[in-house]
Amino acid sequence: MVPLSWYIILSAVVFSIGVVGFFTRRNLIMIFMSVELMLNSVNISLVAYSHYLQSMRGQVLVFFVIAVAAAEAAIGLAIIIAYYKNNPTIKVDEINLLKG
Amino acid sequence: MTAPQWFFAYFAGMITLLSVVMITRRNPVHGVLWMLVLFVHIAGLYLFLNAEFLAAIQIIVYAGAILVLFLFVIMLLNLKKELTVRKVQQHWVIGAAVGAIFAALVVAVVAGITVLPPLGKYSIEAIRSEGGIMTIGKVMYTKYLLPFEIASLVLLVAIVGAVVLAKKRIG
Amino acid sequence: MVKYILIPLLPFIAFVITILFGRNHIKDKAHWIAVPAVFASFILAVSAFMDVLGGKVININIYSWIVSGDFNVSMGFLIDQLTAVMLMVVTSISTLIFIYSIGYMHGDGGYYRFFAYLSLFVFSMLILVMANNYLLLYFGWEAVGLCSYFLIGFWFHKKSAADAGKKAFIVNRFGDFGFGLGVILIFLTFGSLEYVKVFDSAGTVAGQTINILGYQFDTITVICLLLFCGAVGKSAQLPLHVWLPDAMEGPTPVSALIHAATMVTAGVFMVARSNPLFNLSASAMATVAVVGGVTALFAATIALVQNDIKRVIAYSTVSQLGYMFLALGVGAYTAGIFHLYTHAYFKALLFLGAGSVIHALHDEQNMQKMGGLKKYMPITYWVFILASLSISGIPGFAGFFSKDEILWRAYLSGGLGRFLWFLAAGAALLTAFYSFRLIYLTFHGKFRGTREQEHHLHESPPVMTVPLMFLAVGAVAAGWVGIPPIFMEHADKIGEFLAPVLGHPAGEGSHAEELAVMGISITVALAGILIAYIMYIRKTDLPGKLGAMFQPVYRLLYNKYWVDELYSKTIVQPTLKASDRIILGFFDAKIIEGIVNGVPALIGAFSRRFRAIQTGLLSTYGLAMVLGAVFIIGFWIFLK
Repeated sequence: MVPLSWYIILSAVVFSIGVVGFFTRRNLIMIFMSVELMLNSVNISLVAYSHYLQSMRGQVLVFFVIAVAAAEAAIGLAIIIAYYKNNPTIKVDEINLLKG
Repeated sequence: MTAPQWFFAYFAGMITLLSVVMITRRNPVHGVLWMLVLFVHIAGLYLFLNAEFLAAIQIIVYAGAILVLFLFVIMLLNLKKELTVRKVQQHWVIGAAVGAIFAALVVAVVAGITVLPPLGKYSIEAIRSEGGIMTIGKVMYTKYLLPFEIASLVLLVAIVGAVVLAKKRIG
Repeated sequence: MVKYILIPLLPFIAFVITILFGRNHIKDKAHWIAVPAVFASFILAVSAFMDVLGGKVININIYSWIVSGDFNVSMGFLIDQLTAVMLMVVTSISTLIFIYSIGYMHGDGGYYRFFAYLSLFVFSMLILVMANNYLLLYFGWEAVGLCSYFLIGFWFHKKSAADAGKKAFIVNRFGDFGFGLGVILIFLTFGSLEYVKVFDSAGTVAGQTINILGYQFDTITVICLLLFCGAVGKSAQLPLHVWLPDAMEGPTPVSALIHAATMVTAGVFMVARSNPLFNLSASAMATVAVVGGVTALFAATIALVQNDIKRVIAYSTVSQLGYMFLALGVGAYTAGIFHLYTHAYFKALLFLGAGSVIHALHDEQNMQKMGGLKKYMPITYWVFILASLSISGIPGFAGFFSKDEILWRAYLSGGLGRFLWFLAAGAALLTAFYSFRLIYLTFHGKFRGTREQEHHLHESPPVMTVPLMFLAVGAVAAGWVGIPPIFMEHADKIGEFLAPVLGHPAGEGSHAEELAVMGISITVALAGILIAYIMYIRKTDLPGKLGAMFQPVYRLLYNKYWVDELYSKTIVQPTLKASDRIILGFFDAKIIEGIVNGVPALIGAFSRRFRAIQTGLLSTYGLAMVLGAVFIIGFWIFLK
């Protein structure tokens, strides 16, 4: 039998890899993919909990996470396109419209 | 180690490895393709956890829809020039260090996690007798009907928003 | 119940409509809203009066206004005999004066504004008289003061009018401060502000004392004196009388309605309303009586030598209010309210008559420049005669019955009362004199104004003279409901009507004494008229000679005992100087400006430093977020 903690540790490690990707990459698309990776790691832990607690709630939540992730991908990519049209770069360290 | 543990070890190792490979690709197209492999492995893990509906969704929605959308966008942006410049940010070491500390802390916290009763009524036998999809369908269309409908609204808004944003000509 | 609520509500609705749509839509048709509203209010008041006459006393709570712990105040109306009389006075006179104003204010730029404020005033005054608790009374009290301020300063572009409005407001503040403290003390003592509860438990509080600065005072006396403090301000008694003559800067209908017939009598009403409290405190009663008696004589002496037609009547109002307080002070509440009621008619008539004269002379108010108006303005002249006979106390006219009742009750109360009766009788002589001096100077003799004015002399239009005639009927006949028993048994209708609320005045006297007192008042009234006749018709050079002979006295009276100058030197100027130093020099310049300039400077310096952390880079924000999570988790591990 596989203990629950293994799944959660896996989830934590994958999430941290996503975080590192988010912090280190310059390419906006790659940063976006890192975010998707983090969402997936959370899904792993939710499904694991659902299985071990014998509850359906986790699986339902994963379904909603996927739905929201799809919406987020659509909107996020649209924003990238809109930004790129105006300002042909997707290097994230050159995007600083909010600088004080 | 028992057979299930070997099975888990394979998937966990592949998932970790593929994640690292994915985030280190210079070319986003390669990243997307590695991610596809990664998602297939995650779907395999879901099957292992008796969530065959989610495994299917993972392939259909993530691999089939979202990743294809990524590919389209990458092609639209025409990023040849990006491939020649530095791929990491200036202070990437700090980011990586913070990520590593974060990983260490979270792993330290969750390492000892166990299951505490009471358990729910959806045991493996209960799900098998009714069928996994029917079980999740019943829950989703009864108890979570309202969130389900709201999710459809969120998607609708996303569609409209994406069209509006991508069509708008700024400046 | 809706009927009673509508009485004050109708004028309020008229106010809201007029003030909202007046400037752009209603304009010079404002009277089409205000006059019907106040007339409907009058009809309802008559109906309410009939209910009370039928033996019904209405005490309704409409809704809870303030509920806070033990403090519980509702919006509620109490309509008993006293309120019914006040309702009749307020609504009937308001209606007539509203109609009069159509003519008087015709063509004024602020026509709609005038009717709006006047409607608001009627609403406030009705709330004041109909309230069933002290807080609502206080609300009405302050609201009429506010309307008075608006209306005195109605022609605000005139500096004297704006100043007079401010003066009225500030002087009233002194009195209202005391009144407010009185209301608070009533709540602390009785645990309630409702009339019924307060008056029912008044007896149990008698004899209690309150500690003020280490001295013990009788609680009821302190409450009564504080309440009376408010009455002194509102009803312009000594020493707070200074605002009322200046209030004559307002339009004449305002002077008639607010500063003669209704608002200034609110103090009398309030003291009469609180009679169960005042009855328990002999010293408070004595204070009321002395202030009233002295004011009656004091104001009458000033009125002798004034030349401004409205100021003469204003001082006469102060004097007559003094009579009312004298009556209240000797325990003859019914006599006080009776005089309030008759006074409202003849004094409103005097003011409106004066307004008619001023209108005809194009805003000339100096009587020395009038004269001989009798043949140009016969209606005004004759109503003036009737009102003056009434105020002088000539038998048969309204003023006679009420004033005689007061004098008789003052005489009966013995000791101090005798002395005050003497003052009041002296004031009656002066009243008759200055009233007829006014008539002789204005309507008799030769016209002393300019040619052009003489050319334009005319009687006022019917919209003004008809209300005058109605008021004249009141000035003559209003007293017939209070004929003393000595002439006719059971003819003192108003006394019997008010007895359930105000009680029967104490003291009995023989018929001979009563007739003697009456004889004296009639004699002094006739004497006053006769002296005026001699001085202003027969020997017209006599006033000048007398003025020269008694130069110091004349100047003392002409300058109103220099009370205004005294207040200016002792209170107004020091306050202004102190404000200039402390508020402008220190508080405003240092503290306020320090804060106003200091805070933005601080924020600016702060933000210049901390702006640097806003790099605008996505990674920075993400890093901050994850670092936060790291700290929280680390802290959690550390705790475990």
